[in-house]
Amino acid sequence: MVRIEFLGPINREAIEMEAATLADVAKALREDAELAPWLENSAVAVNDTLVSGLETPLKSGDKVSLLPPVCGG
Amino acid sequence: MLELYDGALDVPALLTRWYEEEAQSNYGAYIPFVGTVRDENGIEGLSFDIYEPILNSWFDAWQERAAERGAVLKMAHSRGDVLTHESSYIAAVFSPKRRVALEMIEEFVEDFKASAPIWKYDLINGERVYADDRSTAIIGSGLLAGGDA
Repeated sequence: MVRIEFLGPINREAIEMEAATLADVAKALREDAELAPWLENSAVAVNDTLVSGLETPLKSGDKVSLLPPVCGG
Repeated sequence: MLELYDGALDVPALLTRWYEEEAQSNYGAYIPFVGTVRDENGIEGLSFDIYEPILNSWFDAWQERAAERGAVLKMAHSRGDVLTHESSYIAAVFSPKRRVALEMIEEFVEDFKASAPIWKYDLINGERVYADDRSTAIIGSGLLAGGDA
């Protein structure tokens, strides 16, 4: 199982799902209409490293984090 | 050095301590940036969420960049609520000569604004309201929305 965490203002509990790649995560999350705006503007990290491709492989125990737009300071 | 605090920062104490830490390090320049919460739009203050694992790696990468130029970075940021006229953010660069510190403080603070995993909320009537209009999508955002990367 892969753990999906929604950071900051997305304000959702983490979920777990079966996924072999980030594309599988994308497909599952797109089925939730309420998440659509966050998918559009969030960056994605796997095990706390930002990633740039849906082909990114995932294995059981991995953590996928969604990072919505930031504003520190 | 990256320091996180619950609530407002103690600006005089931090600036003084950082100065004293490097007083004998032979740096010719110490340039701090102090961010203060302004009283505007009727807010009572700001509130912050921080994702520490990625903030730490982001800061470590910057510290390496600074070291390549003979400089050192320090940063402090608040978690949770910070009221108006209080400080939520201090960044500082120490460098042998002024030019590196002057350039780096700008580059560092601008990249901080665009990349550091911190989320800001306005405090209005005691409620946290996400400051989406002032927030910046991290480079590469939208990966999960489109068909391809």
